[in-house]
Amino acid sequence: MHYIYLITFGLLSIALVLIFARLLIGPTLPDRVVALELLATVIVAMTGTYAIFHDRSNFIDVAIVAALTAFLAAIGFARFLERGGPRDD
Amino acid sequence: MTETVINVLISIFMLSSGIFILVAAVGILRLPDLLTRMHASTKAGALGVALMMVAAMLHFNDLVLIAKAMAVILFIFITAPVAAHAIGRAGYFVGVPIWVKTVKDELFSNYDADTHRLRSGMETKEELAKPSKDKPRIRISSKK
Repeated sequence: MHYIYLITFGLLSIALVLIFARLLIGPTLPDRVVALELLATVIVAMTGTYAIFHDRSNFIDVAIVAALTAFLAAIGFARFLERGGPRDD
Repeated sequence: MTETVINVLISIFMLSSGIFILVAAVGILRLPDLLTRMHASTKAGALGVALMMVAAMLHFNDLVLIAKAMAVILFIFITAPVAAHAIGRAGYFVGVPIWVKTVKDELFSNYDADTHRLRSGMETKEELAKPSKDKPRIRISSKK
């Protein structure tokens, strides 16, 4: 059982590294926003893994708040792009 | 006996969650343009989080926690398409280049990016000649 947790953490960490590579090389700003949103999704999944791993149910609340802030950040970036912020970086 | 079965189920759910999220990450790194990347990240990522929350429900086996995990799943399933729609719309308006092998772009011939008018292809002559609103819905430059 212990190894299952560690393997899951490893898979999620590899996913974080790959998404971070897209965040760095993404040619346009919307690409980076999509990468940020997926990064927050991975963080929600990692919080759930940590809650199971340490047997603390409080961390599910953290997952709820992380999902909420990720959604708000994505909507905010989309509005910022549509209202004419800097078009390229 | 029951505990063993539940542990095996939790293991299956956690590992498949990790694999789905890894697939989403590979997709967001390898796919060619913004829309295909959103296609990878939204669906596989949401399914990964949902599987992880199912594993948490099975592990804790508590009514309050099951309700919270269901709330997370519901929230992810509602907000992920909305956020992807908003970003995709903003990306199209900004003019993010799409893949060269894209088969169909129905907005390209009917949509005017400057005035934000969308033609249906069935307008009469005078409707086409009518000037659009002078203030576009989305400002291109600032107002100074």
